Amino acid sequence: MYILVAGGGKVGANFARVLLKDRKHEVTLIEQRRDRFERLEHEFEHQVQVGDATEIFVLERAGIARPPDVVAALTGDDEDNLIISQLAKEKYGVPKVIARVNDPRNQAHFDLLGISPTVSATRGLMALIEHEVPEHDLVHLLELRKENLEIVEVQLPQGAPAAGKRVEALDLPEGARLISVTRNGRSEIAVGATELQPGDQVLAILQPGKEDELRKVLLKK
Amino acid sequence: MNAIVIGCGRVGSNLALQLAREGWDVTAVDEKEEALNRLGEDWSGGFVLGHGMDIDVLREAGIEEADAVVVATDGDNTNIVIGQVAQQRFDNQCVVVRVLDPARAEFYRGRGLRTICPTSVAIDVLLDSVRACEVRPAETTSA
Repeated sequence: MYILVAGGGKVGANFARVLLKDRKHEVTLIEQRRDRFERLEHEFEHQVQVGDATEIFVLERAGIARPPDVVAALTGDDEDNLIISQLAKEKYGVPKVIARVNDPRNQAHFDLLGISPTVSATRGLMALIEHEVPEHDLVHLLELRKENLEIVEVQLPQGAPAAGKRVEALDLPEGARLISVTRNGRSEIAVGATELQPGDQVLAILQPGKEDELRKVLLKK
Repeated sequence: MNAIVIGCGRVGSNLALQLAREGWDVTAVDEKEEALNRLGEDWSGGFVLGHGMDIDVLREAGIEEADAVVVATDGDNTNIVIGQVAQQRFDNQCVVVRVLDPARAEFYRGRGLRTICPTSVAIDVLLDSVRACEVRPAETTSA
């Protein structure tokens, strides 16, 4: 595959590195900052170009008109990633465009302009941190944007309404299912006959917006 | 009539002042507080401190009721994104966006965004000025 990577920072450079390791792909990396470019040039040689990847002539010099199989817009600037993605998709018909979202608050702009899939290290990190902070009763582990589903984790406290009940006896909201139950470090797939106990860590898959209903059934808050 | 001017630099501030003189209710938006100084002590319009990419800032500036939105920060890509948000998310009919790069200005103009390219305008004006001089290039033989 021919893959064009915009942005040669930590994310972009490491992504290009991984792609090239396979020796299956042709990669061009575009970096705007001269100092960074010169460092990258030692490693990537002709596979890195210097320039602003939101400039059409820079993209064309990097072969966007071929077009590439994939364009990854991975700069540290959300506006730039949006513009690169729009140009790639709409001007050059690139079949697959992946955009990095630096500030999760900008996700709405990517959604509005139809740029998908997006990746956000900050959002991912936030989920990991939430996972470690016990005060959060419902932790977002994974967002499946394309499927419009998410996977969450809850820990059943003492006196939780679901404790002592079998999964099949729970009045789970439409669009929510339990996946697994972890107890004393051992995990099982949640089936109808699985009985829940206080202290259980439960994974659930649900449609976004169903969190409160799920809380009510499992945690009553 | 309400107008929002996003980016209150040299262009945005003078534009905001002129619109206000013409009777518009103008709210200026800029991420730097100093930008307010450009509007002068007599400025009676609104001013919202914040980034135009921030939906809350746009709402505070009154984007939902705005009759006209001018986007003129110093970043082309920022302007293009904000312009599209104003047009597509808030359904503003009159959105004018400053884009310095002629290539991007043309592409987004083709997609229905009203982009104004000061670079192209400057090139045209400069060319006209040169043409207005009473000197002509020598006739080229190949032509």
